[in-house]
Amino acid sequence: MMKLKMQASQVESFGKALLSIGLERDDLVVLDPDVSDSTKTAYFAERFPERFISVGISEQDMIGIAAGLAASGKTPVACGFAMFTSGRAWEQVANSVARSNLNVKVVGTHGGLSPSADGASHQAFGDVALMRVLPNMKVVVPADAPEAEEAIRTLVEWYGPSYLRLGRGSSPVVYDYGCEFTLGKATVLREGSDATIMANGIMVSMALITADKLVVEGIDAGVVDVHTVKPLDEASVDRAATETGAIVVAEEHSVIGGLGSAVAEFLAESRPTPVVRVGIRDRFGDSSRSYEDLLRKYGLTPDDIVEAVRASMGLRDRER
Amino acid sequence: MPPRWCKDAPIPISDAQVDDLRRIVLRTINKNQVLILTHIPRVPASITSILREISRKYQIPLSTLKRNAQILRDLNLIRYGEAPKFSGVEITELGQFISNLTTGEEPSLLGNMVKTRSGFVPFGSVTKTLRKRVLRMIAEAGSGHLGASLSAIDVLAILYFMKMRHDPSDPDWPERDRLVLSKGHAAPALYAVLAEAGYFPVESLSTLRRMGGMLPGHPEIRTPGIDASTGSLGQGLSIAVGMALAAKMDEASYRVYALLGDGELNEGQIWEAAATAAHHRLDNLTVIVDRNGYQLTGRTEDVKAPGSIVDKFRAFGWEVLDTDGHNPASILDALERCDMAPGGPSAVIARTTKGKGVSFMEGNQFSRKTPNARELERALSELT
Repeated sequence: MMKLKMQASQVESFGKALLSIGLERDDLVVLDPDVSDSTKTAYFAERFPERFISVGISEQDMIGIAAGLAASGKTPVACGFAMFTSGRAWEQVANSVARSNLNVKVVGTHGGLSPSADGASHQAFGDVALMRVLPNMKVVVPADAPEAEEAIRTLVEWYGPSYLRLGRGSSPVVYDYGCEFTLGKATVLREGSDATIMANGIMVSMALITADKLVVEGIDAGVVDVHTVKPLDEASVDRAATETGAIVVAEEHSVIGGLGSAVAEFLAESRPTPVVRVGIRDRFGDSSRSYEDLLRKYGLTPDDIVEAVRASMGLRDRER
Repeated sequence: MPPRWCKDAPIPISDAQVDDLRRIVLRTINKNQVLILTHIPRVPASITSILREISRKYQIPLSTLKRNAQILRDLNLIRYGEAPKFSGVEITELGQFISNLTTGEEPSLLGNMVKTRSGFVPFGSVTKTLRKRVLRMIAEAGSGHLGASLSAIDVLAILYFMKMRHDPSDPDWPERDRLVLSKGHAAPALYAVLAEAGYFPVESLSTLRRMGGMLPGHPEIRTPGIDASTGSLGQGLSIAVGMALAAKMDEASYRVYALLGDGELNEGQIWEAAATAAHHRLDNLTVIVDRNGYQLTGRTEDVKAPGSIVDKFRAFGWEVLDTDGHNPASILDALERCDMAPGGPSAVIARTTKGKGVSFMEGNQFSRKTPNARELERALSELT
C-alpha cells in the first residue's frame, strides 16, 4: 500500500478558523468539555476568555448550556470528541437542541479511527448515523484541513443546528486554503465514465489515489467529495447513477447509517443502482500506534476502494 | 368592630374598606418590612441591634433586613440617622398606622390583587381557577400528569403573577425573566398559568395533547410564553444555565428560573449543571424544586432515597432555602431572598403535596390516574 502524505491537521485549521470568526462575530461562544488543547478551541479561549465556557468533563451539560445560549441569541459552538458529543450527549442534542431547531454548532473531533492509540473507547464510527437521524440537523464531514475551515465558517453563517465531524492529527490535503465550499453541494473532483467514488473525510484523498491506480487497469473512475451528508446532494448522486451506474461510497465510519446508507437509501427509492460501501464493517475499534495500520486493518485503503469499484462495476454489468 | 387605630377617626371606615386597605398595604410592603415595623420597641434602640435580633429569630440574612429598613425609611415609615450621626430608630405616625393595619396577621398573599387577562383579581381566586382548569384539561385530554401539575401550580402562579418580569403581549421580549420547566410533565399547570396571564386564549387549553395543536404533552418552545422545550427529565437546568450565562455576557438584568421535580434529581445531568452554575457564580439563576415526595412508581424515599436535597445543593455551593411550596407568602419571600443571594445560584426547596387542592388526590398516587367524570365533578366542587 502506498504511504499517505499526512500534511495538515483538521482540528488545527478549525481552531484557527474559530479564532478568526470570533474576531468578526461577537455572538460566537465556544464551549469546552475539558479538551480544548486537543480540539484546538484553546486558540479561541486565549483570545476571548469571556466568550469561552469551560464546562468541565460533562458533555450532556455542555449541550444543554449551548441550547440555553442559543435560545438567548448567541451562536454557540459545542466542541468535544466525536464519541462523546454525538454519543453520550445524543439525547441532549435531540431534545434540547434539534427539537427546537436551536442554532447550536456541535463539533466532534477525533472522529473515526483517528484517535488511533486511544483505542475503541474513543473511536466514533456511528456519529454520522446518530446525527443524521435527527430532524433539522445538518451533517458535514470535510475532506481535509482547508475544507474544515470553510465548513465551520459556512455552518456558523447558516441558522440552525449542525454537526461537524473532524479527524484528530494530520491527514492528507486535497484542497487549497480558501477553497470553494457550498453546504449541501458535493464537489466533483474528477470526472469518470466507468464508476463513481463518492467519499468524505480522509477517504476523499484515498479515492483520488484509487482513481489514479485504476487508470492503469483502464478504468475511468470519477471522484466526488460528498462533504455534506445531510442534506444530501441528491442531484449529484442521481447524476453519478445516470452517468456511470456503478457507485462506491467510502467513509471512515460504519457502513451502517453513514454516507453509504444515505446514498443507498436515496437511490433505492429513486433510481436503483449498485452501491458498494467501503467503511467499518460492524466492528468496534482497536488501539494502534499507527493510524495507517488501523486504516488497513479496518479496510479503509485505496486498495479496498479498488476492490469495491470492481465489485460495483460487476454488479452493474450483471444487471445489464 | 373597628380596629383600634380608627376608634376616634372622624371619617367612618367600614371593615370591608379596612380589608381593602390591608391588601394594598400588604402588596406594597413585604414580609420582612412588616417584621421590622412590628419589632421596633417603644424605647429608643439602635436599628442594627433590632435587625440583628430579627435576623437571629427568623433566620433572615442581615443584609436583606438592612435593605428593607432603608426602604421603610425612604417611605417615611421609620426614622433613624446614619452613622456617625446616629440616633435611635423610631416609628413614624404613618409607620404606626401601617403597623397597626398589619399587626397580628401572618401576611398571606391570597387577598392580593394580581393582574390577569381579565383584569385585577385576588390571587387566591386565581390559583383556584388554575387548579380547576388543570383538572378539566387533563380529564378532557384523557391523560396528563395531574398530581405533578397540582403540586407545582402555586409556585408557577407566584412566579408569573407576582415575581417575574414578563409581558404576555411580547413573549420574546429580550429583557424578560425566563422560566425553564425542567419537570416538563407539569406542562398543564404552566399552560393554565400562561393562558390566565394572557399569552394565549383560555379556550385553547382544551386542545391539550391534541395532534397539531399548540399545547403538546410536554412544552415546546413554539408555544407563546414557553422559553425552552423540555420533557426529557434532567435537561432543563443546563438550558437555564446557558440562559443565565448569556445574560451575564450581555450584562442583561433578567433572571432565569428552573422548576425541577424532586424525582428528576435522580438524573446525573442535574448535578453537572449544578456544579457549572456554582462555578460560574450565576446569581441570576434560581432553581425551585417541587418537593412533592413522589415520582412515577412511588415515593422518592422508596425509589432512590435522595437524602437531604438542601444539603446536596449547599454542598454544590448554592444558597438554599427550604419553604412551604403552597404558602404564597413563603414562596414569594424565598424567591425575593434568592434575588439577594450573594454571588451565586440559589435554590428553593418548595415542600409541596402531590395533587394539592383536591382532598382525595393529595399525597397519594390517585393523581397518576386521569379522573373520570364523577371524580372530576367531585374535585371541581372542592375548588369552588
